[in-house]
Amino acid sequence: MQRFQCPFCGLRDETEFHFATEAGKSRPEPAEEVTDAEWAAYLHLNDALKGQAREVWVHLTCGEYFLMTRDTLTREVSGSEALPGRAS
Amino acid sequence: MTRRYSALSLFREGLGGHRGWQPAWRKADPRPAYDAIIVGGGGHGLATAYYLAKNHGITRVAVLERGWVGGGNTGRNTTVVRSNYFYPESVALYDLALRLYEGLSRELNYNIMLSQRGMLIAAHTPMQMEICTRIANAMQLNGVDGALMSAEEAMRRVPLLNRSEDARYRCMGGIWQGRAGVARHDAVAWAYARAASGLGIDIIENCAVTDLLIEGGRVTGVETSRGTIRAERVGLAAAGATPGLAARAGVTLPIHTYALQAFVSEPVKPCLDTVLLYLGTGTYVSQSDKGELVVGGGLDRVPTHGQRGNLPAQETVLSGLLEMFPAFGQLKLLRQWAGVVDVVPDSSPVIGPTAVEGLYLNCGWGTGGFKAIPAGGWLLAHLLARGEHHEISRPFGLDRFVTGRLIDEAAGSGIAH
Ligand SMILES: Cc1cc2nc3c(=O)[nH]c(=O)nc-3n(C[C@H](O)[C@H](O)[C@H](O)COP(=O)(O)OP(=O)(O)OC[C@H]3O[C@@H](n4cnc5c(N)ncnc54)[C@H](O)[C@@H]3O)c2cc1C
Ligand SMILES: [Zn+2]
Repeated sequence: MQRFQCPFCGLRDETEFHFATEAGKSRPEPAEEVTDAEWAAYLHLNDALKGQAREVWVHLTCGEYFLMTRDTLTREVSGSEALPGRAS
Repeated sequence: MTRRYSALSLFREGLGGHRGWQPAWRKADPRPAYDAIIVGGGGHGLATAYYLAKNHGITRVAVLERGWVGGGNTGRNTTVVRSNYFYPESVALYDLALRLYEGLSRELNYNIMLSQRGMLIAAHTPMQMEICTRIANAMQLNGVDGALMSAEEAMRRVPLLNRSEDARYRCMGGIWQGRAGVARHDAVAWAYARAASGLGIDIIENCAVTDLLIEGGRVTGVETSRGTIRAERVGLAAAGATPGLAARAGVTLPIHTYALQAFVSEPVKPCLDTVLLYLGTGTYVSQSDKGELVVGGGLDRVPTHGQRGNLPAQETVLSGLLEMFPAFGQLKLLRQWAGVVDVVPDSSPVIGPTAVEGLYLNCGWGTGGFKAIPAGGWLLAHLLARGEHHEISRPFGLDRFVTGRLIDEAAGSGIAH
């Protein structure tokens, strides 16, 4: 069992967490000018690369979303921080 | 020199001390240029090569494999084949595969050990039974053999199923597909490699593709660990490695990669002669010819490129197995492993062109692409040869994510392998 760091609750079992999305996506706006292709890219496309990744995860137990930096090959976690604008 | 496999050649070779067998395929060295290159020597890549030669007469083709043939998910899966999907598009695809599988040993002169022992998808609540009824109806409308099975019939067919009154997931019946079953995974890869090589195609192992060459919006070749190789048409069939390869051409995909695990028990006498999937626990199991129980279940929930599984998923799968078959609690596990699977939001594959001319995809098979190998190969070969979709692959292009015409088998048939 791996343990992940929730910025709010500390180290917890991996089963308490859920992967949400890769970090760095921003919702295209304004809605009436967004093309189908832009919306599809926002919804569905990811890099899914091997190595260092920055991702948004949710700690299901407290319900908070946060940023995690980790290696997708070794699974080593190198950072865990609150989303910008959320104090931990 | 023995090239064709038969009872007679086995007998003849036996008399000669088995010294006349030829390697099943040539160890080819890369040539500077080909008409088409296929990246990935798994089942889908090798089948593509075979059908390029057989269906389209294109033989100046190389399959580039970074490791060894069939060393990816094709050699790591639990070998369940079936076509009991929900949507007509999926049934057209998976049933093409199953029909090709049914004739494959003969066609390729290689025993792929297809065993159509049937598969039961077991339900545990009245609601699940209703969903099963809906899926069975869809299967019949799609012209595929499939029927609802009662609890009594399920217990009769699978006597070791948990019958206890207080079982958490008592079997209430389910969906039965008689043509489903298992096949030997390595044999499928080796059979296609041998047949493709026999038709003049170069199977090149230990050759990793490191970059895609793009000039003026079209693909012109690949960079590899064994030098530059030119081709105007390139097919990617690299499962979990496809996003990284496509990125070299500026193509981003709707794929997340996860580890999927499998387990094999010590061998025991025959005790299970069908494939069984429990909807309640997500665990499924069959018994191999050697007597081992081959067990699988859901994904690890942490996206990864590491080909190994995590403990929580093991616990879930194995507790599911014991809920299904309490008697298996006495067995020891011999092996456990994982493959990196390429998961798409709607649990259907991606087959089709990309924004780069000449670059085609066969990926996104996720947890269920072994059963589809003959069809995936057939359809990617068609794309590479003709530059346009086969009718069966058209719904599976990348454009479905833009139009919104997803083929959501995760929702439709509660996907499992
Ligand atoms: C544990 C497990 C159980 C499964 N159970 C089932 C099942 O019961 N039924 C079912 O239908 N499906 C099942 N699957 C899914 C199935 O195994 C896959 O969908 C299928 O094998 C994919 O075949 P492929 O040819 O696309 O990929 P692979 O067999 O993975 O082949 C891709 C190949 O590409 C090579 N490659 C990658 N990068 C490069 C590069 N840069 N250069 C050159 N080569 C490269 C890899 O080495 C690999 O050999 C299971 C998968 C797993 C992991
Ligand atoms: Zn928390």
